[in-house]
Amino acid sequence: MENTAASSVAGLLAASRGTAEAYDEIYQRNGVPRESSRGFLDSLSRLSVAELTARRDAANQLLREHGATYTIFGEQQQASDRHWRLDILPLIIGADEWRGLEAGLKQRSRLLRMIVGDLYGERRLLKEGWIPPALVFANPGFLRAADGIKPAGGSFIFHHAVDLARGPDGRWLVLADRTQAPSGKGYTLENRIVLTSAFPEEFREFRVQRLASFFQKEKDALNAMAPQSKGKPTVVVLTPGPLSETYFEQAYKARYLGYPLVEGADLTVRERKVFLKTLEGLRQVDVIVRRVDDTYCDPLELRSDTWLGVPGLTEAWRAGTVAIANGLGSGVVETPAMLPFLPGLCRHFLSEELKLPNAETWWCGQPRELAHVERNLERFVLKRAFMGGAGQPVFGSELSAAQREELMARIKASPQEYAAQTVLPLSNAPVFEDGRIEHRPLVMRCYIVPDGDDFAVMPGGLTRVSPSPKALVVSMQSGGISKDTWVLSDGPVEHHTLLQTTTSVVHLERMAGEVPSRVADHFFWLGRYAERLEEAVRVLRAVLQRLAGEGNDEQARELAALVPWLVALGRLPDRFGSKVPSTELRMELNSLIENQRREGSVRELLSRVYYNASAVRDRLSDDTWRLINNLERRVQTKSPRLRVPEALETLSNLVLGLAAFSGMEMENMTRGHSWRFLDLGRRLERAQKLVALIKAAIHPSPRNDAVLGPLLEVCDSAMTYRRVYHARPHFAPLLDLLLADETNPRSLTWQLGQLARHAAKLPRDGREGSENGEKQQVDAMLSQLAGVNFERFTEVGENTPEPVVKLCDDLTAGLDGFAETISQHYFAHALPRVR
Amino acid sequence: MRYEITHRTSYTYDEPVSIGHHLARLAPRELDNQRCEWHSLDIDPPPSSMAGHTDYFGNTSLFFALQGTHRTLTITAQSFVTVHAPKTPVAATTPAWEVIREATRANELTADAAAGEFNFASPHIKPGAKFADFAASSFTPKRPILEAAMDLNTRIFSGFKFDPSATDVATPVAEAFEKRRGVCQDFAHILIACLRSVGLPARYVSGYLETLPPPGKPKLIGADASHAWVSVWCGAEHGWVDLDPTNNCIPGERHITVAHGRDFFDVSPLRGVVYGSGDHKLSVSVDVAPRK
Repeated sequence: MENTAASSVAGLLAASRGTAEAYDEIYQRNGVPRESSRGFLDSLSRLSVAELTARRDAANQLLREHGATYTIFGEQQQASDRHWRLDILPLIIGADEWRGLEAGLKQRSRLLRMIVGDLYGERRLLKEGWIPPALVFANPGFLRAADGIKPAGGSFIFHHAVDLARGPDGRWLVLADRTQAPSGKGYTLENRIVLTSAFPEEFREFRVQRLASFFQKEKDALNAMAPQSKGKPTVVVLTPGPLSETYFEQAYKARYLGYPLVEGADLTVRERKVFLKTLEGLRQVDVIVRRVDDTYCDPLELRSDTWLGVPGLTEAWRAGTVAIANGLGSGVVETPAMLPFLPGLCRHFLSEELKLPNAETWWCGQPRELAHVERNLERFVLKRAFMGGAGQPVFGSELSAAQREELMARIKASPQEYAAQTVLPLSNAPVFEDGRIEHRPLVMRCYIVPDGDDFAVMPGGLTRVSPSPKALVVSMQSGGISKDTWVLSDGPVEHHTLLQTTTSVVHLERMAGEVPSRVADHFFWLGRYAERLEEAVRVLRAVLQRLAGEGNDEQARELAALVPWLVALGRLPDRFGSKVPSTELRMELNSLIENQRREGSVRELLSRVYYNASAVRDRLSDDTWRLINNLERRVQTKSPRLRVPEALETLSNLVLGLAAFSGMEMENMTRGHSWRFLDLGRRLERAQKLVALIKAAIHPSPRNDAVLGPLLEVCDSAMTYRRVYHARPHFAPLLDLLLADETNPRSLTWQLGQLARHAAKLPRDGREGSENGEKQQVDAMLSQLAGVNFERFTEVGENTPEPVVKLCDDLTAGLDGFAETISQHYFAHALPRVR
Repeated sequence: MRYEITHRTSYTYDEPVSIGHHLARLAPRELDNQRCEWHSLDIDPPPSSMAGHTDYFGNTSLFFALQGTHRTLTITAQSFVTVHAPKTPVAATTPAWEVIREATRANELTADAAAGEFNFASPHIKPGAKFADFAASSFTPKRPILEAAMDLNTRIFSGFKFDPSATDVATPVAEAFEKRRGVCQDFAHILIACLRSVGLPARYVSGYLETLPPPGKPKLIGADASHAWVSVWCGAEHGWVDLDPTNNCIPGERHITVAHGRDFFDVSPLRGVVYGSGDHKLSVSVDVAPRK
């Protein structure tokens, strides 16, 4: 490979430099690479730009396949999933430097624990004047309901994250602490997995420290928090649900650690204890890792206008029967206002100097500090002091005189709600994008968990670079890009297997018998919607195929019969009943594919499949995810007009994609309750749709048997019919094949047989003595079907015999009843109400 | 005065309820001018679990849960309380309101700074310019704080209409303020919002008020109501002084205090979350009977 300046990575690197005043992460001032980056730079410079691009593309492909997303909230709180962005070049930190950071981070975690413990206990820090009262009293993160609680596990704070930036002199400074529900560990893990596959040799050669043992320590520490001493504590991850911005990583990490991902509705408090509602009954929960902000955790004692939490959770926590990581109220120290007090508090509590300095920060809640901020506004970035710094930071230097005045007026109206931080030239690191390398400012988030009496720091972290070299704000919400963080080791690297086992293997039923009812509900609907989608696609395909080949008489006759069939099925409006195909039909068909808002359209059903799958994401294998992601991508064309050939191709692709999904389900899923409910949903839906399709084709009289061919096609039984009967479709044998033939996997009898098998194995929580209602319902339908002799209908004319119509109606009612029984028995989790 | 107070709350659910979690703050407080001899709570149907604790503001908070299908829930609180009229400072001798405002912002936890906790926004009350504007004519420069606060109390009493149909328990304070009408909870929230908006600590008081029958008529049992009023901080020497904007008075021995908090959120007598569909009907009766 030719290594000219333009095509070699070495050339790109040499040509790129950061701004003069900022610290450069890879080069010293004299242009010589820093010790920590030297090896990696050597190895990079041997690559061509094309090679690096190929690795970058492979990494992006992997991210897409894992479905790595980050939800961005727009102006009207409209959520949209963005692909997680990862730069191919890691940030590299040397072993010596890391040791210093590690010690500082541990000290910080220890200190913050002591502060929070005091604030919800004796509050000596206020009484003795270590921190101003308003810093606590005006702070909405100070949760009065947590006052006096002795948290199970011994501390309010379990894990803690620190945002760090490097100043021009190369020193790391703390920008913020995250103690509420720190996010990003899952993304860090994902970044690492992707980057290891991009640079497998470099990763080994430079002895990059691995993350797995950190996660093992986190697991051990979570288990150790359990208030009940028993073999294996039940730990759950409480998520706000698929709409939360970091849902991907919550599911990812829950799966990695092997904990069920649960929503508030999955938990219930009884006798001041927390239980998980599973299909097999209630199971006591020992530890909750929460990703729900504390005020949303309990509609009884905290905010009542939310369903994300669990009523009575605070009381259970107060009773000490459950540990919460992090404890409710931990957010009280997640404020820049606390930073200026930490050096003093560190001397007070630990008799040590604070090892990691803060970025210079001033809390406006004090008159002298406020005056200082006002005098030097252009040097500062103003942040909201409380609530995790809600709102965009404001840079003093960018304000006009009028804006400045307006800002100061706002601050003076409630000074305690603002803090000012000196604007730092952040250190720069190279970012590879569009075949170019550019230096961008970065911040790094580090993670700390307890480790016995000590703490463990994740050797690595979530580094984020700003979307452009000039941007002052670095955050994923504002379009940032992440980087993997490599911490080098000067000794041999510890190998841990947690990473291996959890990423490559397909495992869905890791927690057999621990399937929350809500999860079963989502699996059930995933099955139903996948099947509903397949049916919709097959019906549309049958129509479009005939629309494409209108010249042929046979097809024209079938098309004329298909339109009333679609009307009878409720897919087309009534006015199409007597109309011949027209441009209007094409528009309508296009809308049946494309219109997201139309109930039953391909797009709408796809989004329902996607929604239910994402709600159980932590229980789906990577490959299954890949398939579901691909389904969405198969319907990319969005055209206002129907283009039949393209539409046909899309629909056929979808049929194949769905077949792959059901194949995955049959071949790769453990036969636990998740699978059972998925398949139950699928069979039930197929049975219902089958009966509906048949009824619409034969009723009302007179029948048009031209529809029977397409009907067989939709039911994927055309081949079978032809093989058995060697004839054009006739009414009676067709009914026999679709309804009664027990060897046809598309027949109703087959679906009912599967339903009966599932029904026999449904969990019977506390219902041991009771009858198996579901099984009886299916058996009743089976015996009714067995009693019908379809041969006696061979000689009927255009009018469908009454008993056949009645049979369809009875089966419809039977199947609806079965669906109702299932949801009453297994998914009845009525939402609580606040009075 | 010595009172026997009976406070009965009944919920009738349209659909059976399987599980309910509730939080009660119904026990009268022990105060310098108030003693609670006896307090009992009767819950029907009986709860499956129950636990009490003293909350952050010193109120008695009782958690209870009901398990098993029920269609009604009745909570009856009974208390015997003796109340003396509190010592109220002479308004003209209280410190200038600006002095209090500054003192409550101290950097150390003085008594004033501790009261400063009630200076800030709370779940139901966001101080703001329009409340400050309304309060301005009462808070003239150097005016003694209690005099100014009483003036504001009177202006709310006369400028706002008592109207139970105008608001409900969830009406935001800003809305009641715009409408210039509401019930005791709204009056209390508005007075608090005004006081905090000029930088003064104010807290919410929940309790009962003994009502007197019209002259010549017998007193009806259950006709009393739970009540709410306000405390304003008058400096370390005088402490908290209560004001009742619904009745334009300084509470005396006919006001029985149950709980203190930043606003209604901290003191709501009963809060509950039940599992079950359907709506519910609520009926409340309070009887404050003088006893020898």
